[in-house]
Amino acid sequence: MSDVSFVRTEMLPEKAPPASEVGVIGWARHNLFSGWFNSALTIVSIAAIYYVLSGVFPWVFQSVWNADSLGECREIMKATWGSTHGHACWGVINDRWEQLLFGFYPSELYWRPIVSLILLLAALSPILFADRVSPKMLILTTAYPFLMVFLMWGGTIWGPLSAAFGFVIAYLIIKYATEAVGELFAMIAGVAVAVIWWLLLSGPIVEALSSAMPIGIEAVASRKFGGFMLAILLGVVAIGVSLPIGIVLALGRQSDLLIVKALCVGFIEFIRGVPLITLLFVASLLLNIFLPPGTNFDIILRVMIMMTLFSAAYMAEVIRGGLAALPRGQYEGADSLGLDYWQAQRLIIMPQALKISIPGIVSTFIGIFKDTTLVSIIGLFDVIGLASAIRADTAWNGIYWELFAFIAFLFFIVCFSMSRYSMYLERKLQTGHH
Amino acid sequence: MNKSVVFGALTVAGLAASAAAAGTMDDVKARGTLNCGVTTGLVGFAAPDANGEWNGFDVSVCRAVAAAVLGDASAVTFVPTTGKTRFTALASGEIDLLARNTTWTFSRDVDLKFTFVGVNYYDGQGFMVPKELGVSSAKDLDGATVCIQTGTTTELNLADFFRTNNISYEPVPIETNAEAQQQYLAGACDVYTTDASGLAATRASFEDPAGHALLPEIISKEPLGPLVRHGDNEWGDVVRWTLNAIITAEELGVTSANVAEIASSTDNPEIKRLLGSEGTLGEMLGLDAEWAKRAIMAGGNYGEIFAKNIGEETPIGLARGLNAQWTEGGLLYSPPFR
Repeated sequence: MSDVSFVRTEMLPEKAPPASEVGVIGWARHNLFSGWFNSALTIVSIAAIYYVLSGVFPWVFQSVWNADSLGECREIMKATWGSTHGHACWGVINDRWEQLLFGFYPSELYWRPIVSLILLLAALSPILFADRVSPKMLILTTAYPFLMVFLMWGGTIWGPLSAAFGFVIAYLIIKYATEAVGELFAMIAGVAVAVIWWLLLSGPIVEALSSAMPIGIEAVASRKFGGFMLAILLGVVAIGVSLPIGIVLALGRQSDLLIVKALCVGFIEFIRGVPLITLLFVASLLLNIFLPPGTNFDIILRVMIMMTLFSAAYMAEVIRGGLAALPRGQYEGADSLGLDYWQAQRLIIMPQALKISIPGIVSTFIGIFKDTTLVSIIGLFDVIGLASAIRADTAWNGIYWELFAFIAFLFFIVCFSMSRYSMYLERKLQTGHH
Repeated sequence: MNKSVVFGALTVAGLAASAAAAGTMDDVKARGTLNCGVTTGLVGFAAPDANGEWNGFDVSVCRAVAAAVLGDASAVTFVPTTGKTRFTALASGEIDLLARNTTWTFSRDVDLKFTFVGVNYYDGQGFMVPKELGVSSAKDLDGATVCIQTGTTTELNLADFFRTNNISYEPVPIETNAEAQQQYLAGACDVYTTDASGLAATRASFEDPAGHALLPEIISKEPLGPLVRHGDNEWGDVVRWTLNAIITAEELGVTSANVAEIASSTDNPEIKRLLGSEGTLGEMLGLDAEWAKRAIMAGGNYGEIFAKNIGEETPIGLARGLNAQWTEGGLLYSPPFR
C-alpha cells in the first residue's frame, strides 16, 4: 500500500462566505435585487427618490438666510445662482421665527413660556417614565396646571392659588366626610363646596388678598398668545384634561345607571356628530352673543374648553374599545376577589384597557394637536394664522412654501416624538410572551 | 354647517346689538383702549410687523380714532377678524369699530344693523392676466379659467358680468389670496379676479410684475369703509368725523408735519374750526378742542396715510384714481366742518 490516499485526511479551514452573499452586497442582493421584478421595482423607486430629493435638497440647502424681504432674497438668488427658481428664501423664518414660535407675546417675557415648557417636561416625566423618575416629582405634576397658568398669563399669584385651594377643599371633604355620610354624598358635597368657592367666594377674596399683598408678575393678555406656543398650549390642555374626562365618559357609557349612561352617550354622540370647526365657531361667535354684553370670557379659554370636550368624546370611544376588548373573565375575576367597583377599575380593568388603547389614545392626541391649527379660522394667530399675517406684510408678500415647510417641521418634531413614545410604552408594557 | 352657524349667529346678532349699544364712547374712555377689528392680514391695509405692531391703511383709521378719543394713537387693541367672524364681533360688542376693508352694501347697513360711517377706499373688482395671453379686455375672456375666492361677493359679480356679456368661464375655486397667487402663477387659471387693490398688491409680489396686466374693466363698486353698530349715534359721529377730519385735512393742506404750527398761523377759518382754535366742534362731539389735531398727528392726513401704506411709492403702487380729492377728480368729498 502506498501512502497515497484518495480521501482527505484533514478538515479544510472555513472559508469566508462569498462576497456576493454577505455585507452590503449580500444584503442588497437579498433585499433589493432578489428577482427581476424586485430589481425593477428597486430601480424605479431609487429613480423616484432621486428625482424628489434632487429637487428638495437644492431648494432647502441652496437657500438665502439673510434677507429682509422677498425682493432682497430674489436679488441674492439671482446674484448667486443666476435664477430664483428652486431656491428657498429662509430669510422670512430668520426674520420672523420668534413671532412664529411665540406670537405677540412680549419679547422680554419669552422666558416665561420657555420655563413653562421645561417645567411641563419635568412634570410629565414621572408619568411618562414612571420606572426611572422619582415619584416625588408627582408633587410638581400636581402643582403644574396652576404654575403654568401663573407663568403664562401672569398677574397676581392669588388667582391660581385660590383655584388650587378649591381642589384642596374638595379633596379634604371627600376624604373626611366619606366615613360620616358615605362615598357618594361626600363626593357630591365636595364638588358642590368647591364650585361655590370658585364661583362666589374666590373672586372677592382674591381681590382683597391682591390689594393687601400684591404679589405677582406682569400680566399678559390672551390676545398676545400665538404661534406654535398657542398650539402647544391648546394641545397640552386638551390632551391633559381630555384623558381623565374620556375615562369617566367611557365608564359612564358602560354603566348600568340609566341617567349616567344616557348623559354620557348623549354627550359623546353629540360632540362626535359635530365638526370641530363648528364647535370653534360656537366658541367664538355664539357664546359672544348669548353671554351678557360686557362679559369678558377669554377667547383662548373658550377655545380650550371646546377642544377639550371634543377630544374627550373621541378619547371616551377609544377607551371604550379597550374596555370592550378585555375578556369577561377579568371583570368576573375582579368581582370574585371582592373588589368594589372603583378598586376593580383601578387595579384590574383600567391598566389593561388603557394598555390596549395606547395606539388609539396617541392617535387621538396627535390628531387634536394638529387640529389646533383650525383656530386660525376664527381669527386667532396660531402658526397658520401668523403665516398669512406675515404674507400680508409688504416685505414678504408672495412667499408661500417656506412658511409651510417651517410649520410642518415644527409639527413633525412634536408628533413624531409622541408617536415614538407610544411605541416605547407599548414595548415596555408588553407582558405577553412572543 | 359653518354657514348655518354664521347665519344663526347673525340672526341673534340684532338682539345683542341693541343691548350692547349704549355709550360706546364712555366704555372706550373707561377702558382706556379702543377695540378695533381688523383683518387677519391684508397687504397694505393691515398686517403686524416683526415686533407685532400693526400697520396699514385700515389700521390708520383705528389709530386716528384712538388719538381723537383717548389722546394716544397706540391705545388700540387690535382684534383680528376673519370674513366670517367680523360682523358678530362688532354686533356682540367685542369690538367698538370695524375697519376691515368691508364693502358698504344695502343689506349690511340695513339688515345686519350696522352704520357705515363713510368710505376710506373706493375699490372695485378687476382682472389680472399674464401678458402672454394677449388679452386686452375682459370681454375677450370667453372660455377662460378664472381663479376666484369662494363665498365672496366677487364670485357673484363675476357670474353677473359673464352672463350679461354672454360669454362663458370656468371657475377655479380657491380659499385665500396666497393660494390664489400660487395657483395663478402655476398656470392653474388664466385669470385671477378680486378687488383691484388686492390685484395690484398680488402683482407687486411677483418676480416679474411686468409680465402681468390688469384689465381695464372694473366690474363692481366696492366702497370700503369703517363701520360701527346701529343705535349709538354719538359714537358713530365720532368715528365719521374723525374720518372726515383726515380727509378734510388733506383738502386744506394740513399735514402731520405742519399741523402744530398751522393751527396758530393760519387765517383760514375752516382750518381753525377743524383744529379747534376757533369754535366748539370738539365739544359738540363730546371731545376736547384738539381731537382732530391729534387724529391728524397720529398718522397724517388721508393723502399721507395713502402714500405711506398703499401709494405709488410703496411696492403696492396704487394710484389715487377714484380715491383722489374731489378737487382733483376723485370721489373724496368730506362735508364741511362748520
